[in-house]
Amino acid sequence: METPRDTSAPPSDPQPSKGSQSAAPNLAGSSPQRGGSSLSDSGRTGRRGDAIFKFASSGSGVALLVIMAAIAAFLTVRAVSAISADHGNFLTTSDWQTQADPITFGIAAIALGTLISAVVAMVIAVPVALGIALFISHYAPRRIAQALGYVVDLLAAVPSIVFGLWGALFLVPHMIGVNAWLNQYFGWTYIFHQNEPGTQPRSLFTVGIVLAIMILPIITAVSREIFLQVPRAHEEAALALGATRWEMIRTAVIPFGRSGIISASMLGLGRALGETMAVATVLSPSYVINLHILDPAGSTIAQTIANQFGESQGTGRDALIAAGLVLFVITLLVNGAARLIIARRKEYSGADA
Amino acid sequence: MAKRIDVSGLNAYYSNFRAVEDISMTIEPRTVTAFIGPSGCGKSTFLRTLNRMHEVIPGARVEGKVMLDDENLYGANIDPVAVRRTVGMVFQRPNPFPTMSIKENVAAGLKLNGVRNKKVVDEAVERSLRGANLWNEVKDRLDKPGAGLSGGQQQRLCIARAIAVEPRVLLMDEPCSALDPISTLAIEDLIGQLKEQFTIVIVTHNMQQAARVSDRTAFFNLAGVGQPGRLIEIDSTEKIFSNPSVQATEDYISGRFG
Repeated sequence: METPRDTSAPPSDPQPSKGSQSAAPNLAGSSPQRGGSSLSDSGRTGRRGDAIFKFASSGSGVALLVIMAAIAAFLTVRAVSAISADHGNFLTTSDWQTQADPITFGIAAIALGTLISAVVAMVIAVPVALGIALFISHYAPRRIAQALGYVVDLLAAVPSIVFGLWGALFLVPHMIGVNAWLNQYFGWTYIFHQNEPGTQPRSLFTVGIVLAIMILPIITAVSREIFLQVPRAHEEAALALGATRWEMIRTAVIPFGRSGIISASMLGLGRALGETMAVATVLSPSYVINLHILDPAGSTIAQTIANQFGESQGTGRDALIAAGLVLFVITLLVNGAARLIIARRKEYSGADA
Repeated sequence: MAKRIDVSGLNAYYSNFRAVEDISMTIEPRTVTAFIGPSGCGKSTFLRTLNRMHEVIPGARVEGKVMLDDENLYGANIDPVAVRRTVGMVFQRPNPFPTMSIKENVAAGLKLNGVRNKKVVDEAVERSLRGANLWNEVKDRLDKPGAGLSGGQQQRLCIARAIAVEPRVLLMDEPCSALDPISTLAIEDLIGQLKEQFTIVIVTHNMQQAARVSDRTAFFNLAGVGQPGRLIEIDSTEKIFSNPSVQATEDYISGRFG
């Protein structure tokens, strides 16, 4: 639909430029001599640049859409062929047997694992990130704030495999005690219950912690920028009403930054949902549904694709593509939900302040 | 109860720069006192020292005494937050909270004071909006965003927000400079009504406005660029505008400089 409309755009483009060229002599005619000719001259070169730029920019836009559509079509075709070969129910099966004879695979376990690890990451990362961002923007002395800002930005540039190695080699051994403590005091919550206490904590919970550290910088950096943009006038309005600093932040800063905080969190969530290497390094995967998040069980979509891709062929690879599509849909749904939340209070966003 | 302000030997600094030098004056309760003077003469800075808003700017500090009746605002055990609840402020540009409705804006100060009772809040909102001459214009859309009002309405909303917490003193920093003449007139009428309850201090660049609204006028000036601002004289508005005792005041008022 986009393409025909846009191919009609370039032909329509010379029209206005030609029109303005014929308008320029008119101008020249009304105000005679050199003033007129210089007017029409500069007009012509400007128009050409305009046309080229318009072609280049709308061309890039169209190209992007075409590429996206091609990728989507390719993925859908392959996914459909895999799902039709599936002997289990794709949505409810938790097993992933693409080498076995009756091919059975489903996304139940890996989609759940993806969500669990992402939720754990968000629960840990968002409050901490907002705290750091508020400290940098409103509490810390300028020099410390600047240094801390650099460190946070630096953290965002660390490759995910480094976090994965740190998680596997350092965090996993140190999580044994934490897990035992959680199991002892919070085992009654069901999710912190361990089926076999003392096992290597290569669990979704540990993965969640590694992911939390990975998404911390992006959430911090974006919300810090938002908090710094809060107009001084709003902060002073709150202070002049007799707000303490924390009350000022609650009254003026956080409401103003609300949509930005949500966007920042969504950026982080997107990264947590799609993270591959760090998860694959830390987790000992299994394709079972297990809500005890301290147990070394479960897997995520991205990590399954990475682990299985090398040894899969044919339908096996198509099955992984189907899993990838599911991940794409999950990300899309999460982003759509966030946009809905932001749009619901749009007139209060403060964007026009 | 409106309160008297008694300032003595006040200096205000931005880091090492002294912006305001050695000011002493008395501001009578239930009067409007106008501060006039050329730009940069420290009148807004001085105004902000009267509710300890000056010191929220990094590096800014104040020396001297500001007595509110018989309490020194800069005393050792005085909480600046409590000071700002007693001495309200209206700013140059209307600054309603953009994320709040009209009602929430007016109730913001009450909420900070821990007033939760819905009936009390509703009454205070209506009383304040009536007090700010805004009630009739907004009573049907209290839940709409405050940022959707016109500039003059927003400024009256800010005044309603400031008087909702029942301060003793109301400071206004050029409250009409971003408004059109009709909105300005509305605010000036309002100032005339508010002075029956509050001590009002207003900074203005508009000398007709100072003449129209104030009972007493203070003229500030500075000796030159980089010099601190000083109080030249303070007297009844009538005297300042007809027969000031200092030549510089007369020069400024008659437009011969500044």
